[in-house]
Amino acid sequence: MSKITIPFGPQHVALKEPENFMLVLEGEQIQGATVNLGYNHRGMEKAAEERTYLQDLYLIERVCGICSHSHTTCYITNVEELAKAETPKRALAIRTLVAELERVHSHLLWLGVAGYEMGFETLFMYTWRDREQVLDCLELLSGNRVHYSINTIGGVRRDISAEQKTEVMKRIDYLVERTNYYIKLATEEPTIYARTSKVGMLPPEEALRRNAVGPTARASGIARDVRKDDPYLIYNELDFKVITHNTNDVFGRLVVRALELVESYKIIKQVLNNLPEGPIAVKVPMRIAPGEAVNHYEAPRGEDIHYLKSNGTDKPERLKVRAPTLANLQSVQYMLEGGWMADVPLVIAAIDPCMSCTDRAVVWDPKKGKKQTYGWEELRKMAIERYKRRGVDFSRLG
Amino acid sequence: MKKPARIFSEVIKHLFKKPATSGYPFTPATPMKDFRGRIDFDSAKCIGCQICVRVCPAKAIEIPLSEVQPPAPAQVEGQPPVAAKKKFDCIMKLGNCVYCWQCAESCPKQALITTQDFELASVDRKQLRRHYK
Repeated sequence: MSKITIPFGPQHVALKEPENFMLVLEGEQIQGATVNLGYNHRGMEKAAEERTYLQDLYLIERVCGICSHSHTTCYITNVEELAKAETPKRALAIRTLVAELERVHSHLLWLGVAGYEMGFETLFMYTWRDREQVLDCLELLSGNRVHYSINTIGGVRRDISAEQKTEVMKRIDYLVERTNYYIKLATEEPTIYARTSKVGMLPPEEALRRNAVGPTARASGIARDVRKDDPYLIYNELDFKVITHNTNDVFGRLVVRALELVESYKIIKQVLNNLPEGPIAVKVPMRIAPGEAVNHYEAPRGEDIHYLKSNGTDKPERLKVRAPTLANLQSVQYMLEGGWMADVPLVIAAIDPCMSCTDRAVVWDPKKGKKQTYGWEELRKMAIERYKRRGVDFSRLG
Repeated sequence: MKKPARIFSEVIKHLFKKPATSGYPFTPATPMKDFRGRIDFDSAKCIGCQICVRVCPAKAIEIPLSEVQPPAPAQVEGQPPVAAKKKFDCIMKLGNCVYCWQCAESCPKQALITTQDFELASVDRKQLRRHYK
């Protein structure tokens, strides 16, 4: 049978965000897949260099709508590390609380999307209805449903009152009950199993080789979780398990996320019951001491890495974001190969992709079809030449 | 253990429940207490320090001098003349604002007042540029 290459995206009904997957098909079976990024590049890292550290907080929050707290917390840990600020314990606890509420909201969202992709729309409707409860919790604590903006340099912006605590507890109790039902549903309903089992296989050795992170890696039996491996915030004082599954397929990813919800509820209750007393923020000067910092954070989708370089002014010199989806996209290529065309949306959705997080700078020559990485010197030379053509000469500048 | 049509009983139960959605434009939606909405301005408190303009991540605020300035207080005999307190306006670009409330938090005089207004969408651009006097 002859092979045919078809583009899947950037505009495709199954993709929520624009990204291109070139699929080589033989009949209905996929022989090869290439992932092409860059359709959603917004130049945020460059924009961050032109804003102050405080303004960047609100910019970085908008890297992603769903892991907005993950990105800001990772960024702010870098800033506080450089400024040598002693963040109060209560602020760290509130950050942990919001982080776990965010994980619950992200996983419930994913459960709905996965249900939708496998044609189980009843599940989609129910999980998204229940997700409103956790969004209400976030609105109650922070003042907004999606962009919480609870972090500020040196602590958090809002304290938690006793009434808020009871309200959140009430909603979490309802969610625990609902989640237990979904776990039963996911493991006992034969249609879910039939649709997801043996789809998008990723063996553990391949997951390691391709640097899979988060639930994608954990569903391949790799117990990799930054919260346990290198505890940040107050995770070292909390009691929770790292959930893994050994089926290596989409079903495993579904079970891992559903069981992680239960662990998150456990963490939320622990934090709320043992909230340390004290101030919620310390004052940090606008100018941050020169230096470099790199930190990682377990976002709902996996390990998120931020690098920050400061030069002693009130604006960062360089900020680099490595979102979890970028790490997981390498595995998507493997998962798609050998699979069927009809499974593509489900396999892509199974890593919980967030393309707006991922798109940084990728240089890809469509004529030659090859990618190239440029060093700093080369990029600088190219930029100078580009501006020279426009009549501006920057070559004299340091 | 496999149980086919496990969700069926749940679906039947929901036939007799009220809808989970709200009828929003017809029934009013009430945001939570301290929901971050529109920022209001109190000209009497503003000292024109421009801190809010500097911290705003979206460049949504301008604090210009008011066109009509209050007159200087009458000079008391034997004392040096007192300069008039300057009056400032606030131009809030609602289309730019990201509703983070950083300006209200940074304001040293609490001249920016936080509200819970969220129904601010408009098809008229002039409506998105509020001039508080």
